Amino acid sequence: MTMTITEKILARHADLDLVRPGMLINARVDIALGNDITAPIAIDVFRKAGAKKVFDRDRIVLVPDHFAPNKDIESAEQCKIMRDFAHEHQISHYFEVGEAGVEHALLPEKGIVGPGDLVVGADSHTCTYGALGAFATGVGSTDLAAAMLTGELWFKVPETMKFVYHGKLRPWVGGKDLILHTIGRIGVDGALYRTMEFTGEAIRELPMSDRLTMANMAIEAGGKNGIFIPDAITEAYVRGRAERPYEFYSSDSDAAYHSVIEIDVGKIEPQVSFPHLPSNARGISQVGDVRIDQSIIGSCTNGRIEDLRVAASILKGRHAARGMRLIILPATPTVYRQAMHEGLFDIFLDAGAVISLPTCGPCLGGYMGILAKGERSVATTNRNFAGRMGHPGSEVYLAGPAVAAATAVAGRLAGPDQL
Amino acid sequence: MKISGRIWKFGDNIDTDAIIPARYLNIWEPQGLAAHCMEDADPGFMKKMRPGDILVGGENFGCGSSREHAPIAIKAAGIACVVAKNFARIFYRNAFNMGLPIFESPELWGRVENGAEIEVDADAGLIRIVGVAADPLKIPPFPPFMQQLIAAGGLMNHIAKGRAK
Repeated sequence: MTMTITEKILARHADLDLVRPGMLINARVDIALGNDITAPIAIDVFRKAGAKKVFDRDRIVLVPDHFAPNKDIESAEQCKIMRDFAHEHQISHYFEVGEAGVEHALLPEKGIVGPGDLVVGADSHTCTYGALGAFATGVGSTDLAAAMLTGELWFKVPETMKFVYHGKLRPWVGGKDLILHTIGRIGVDGALYRTMEFTGEAIRELPMSDRLTMANMAIEAGGKNGIFIPDAITEAYVRGRAERPYEFYSSDSDAAYHSVIEIDVGKIEPQVSFPHLPSNARGISQVGDVRIDQSIIGSCTNGRIEDLRVAASILKGRHAARGMRLIILPATPTVYRQAMHEGLFDIFLDAGAVISLPTCGPCLGGYMGILAKGERSVATTNRNFAGRMGHPGSEVYLAGPAVAAATAVAGRLAGPDQL
Repeated sequence: MKISGRIWKFGDNIDTDAIIPARYLNIWEPQGLAAHCMEDADPGFMKKMRPGDILVGGENFGCGSSREHAPIAIKAAGIACVVAKNFARIFYRNAFNMGLPIFESPELWGRVENGAEIEVDADAGLIRIVGVAADPLKIPPFPPFMQQLIAAGGLMNHIAKGRAK
């Protein structure tokens, strides 16, 4: 009997020989993740249920990243709840400010998640780890409490949509452009309850950082998870990094899919998703004249060193437009140090940027770049819902690091070729 | 379970930032969250609504973030249940796990105006629109496991029952 990679990982973790879409299963969880927003509720649920002990102190990851370093008193209290819990239960993967970064950049970088894992996180962008060939999905705080207690969770086996990317990427087109274009084609509920499996010759050559960007946004199409078949690029990324043994799974050639969607990447230009849905994607040549006040380069979607290098290659020798606020957030301390050593900070500072600390901050309207009424930000983040980055009357335009950097220079939506 | 109440109608893709804006996620107590329920979808919502009212959404209700703050805010505001064409999957999970009644009805949204009264009969799988003579709308039954979650009063109680056996 044939299965997809997602079905195989779920079957293994449920001790079943075979699973089929629609089955409800109970499966073992390799890693359960929470952050300073979602963990306090999970901890409250955990305690109210009378739970005394976590299932495995090495399999729980707690990262203060959303409103940390603490943005206000309430955030400080939430971080303290998580910190106290981590100390009480001797959670080995608790990261204090200085070690912590944006969780979905941090966990792959540290080798905490790996191929073949089943990962749940009380954060919707947990699906990022599908880039490594893991089954990873976002859950709620009660789910996190249950996983912390039992090491297991219930799942409905999803149907899989197969996306086949053909052809060669055009200049300045990366993983962000592919996923924005894809969401634009299928809509914000185009993969609701389903798996997005990313395949094809363009994917086989795609670097890990771009894969992480694509898997990260599976949720923006409603997807349960996004996943890549692990290959030599995966092996090169996880070798020497993975802290546990890992396993490569792949889809059987005759596995059953909900649907197969073919995409010619040679036709995709750098993308921008207009307010207020990630699916409002259009090519850079179709954006018109849109004045922009702020450019955010960072986040779990595009805050890795490769993203900062793309931005720096455009910003080098240039300066942000007058009145533009260019804010760069390296996603982890390692990315921060690397960017500093490579001289990217000088390029950014010369371009008039401010270099922020590793935090989710502005992506969800927390802090470090909030918008006033009527203001517009281009951002390499993942959501542009109304009010996402500040005032309900502000606007967010999603793009990759190349467009975000070029836009910062131009003062209006622009691609690198328009500078 | 029978729920009747006045409805507040919202559109498609009501995201979790509209249900509870992220600027309030430095709050985690239910009543604190409830004060801002639906604020970015309808700023005056909490002044207008009464406990026992029902939310009616279009497609993909609760999309976006995994924040359980969203169903917590709705429940703590006193909303009796949510009926939508369909739900985003993490919101769907969260609702069953924490005990907010939700129902899928592809038809209701197109049949009612804001302020209408409806009766949801979960056991019979029917929704009636008060004052409308038409046949009641059918709502599909939940899978047996979801019914167990509802009967137990949420995921943690369900787990506790399993462990006690």
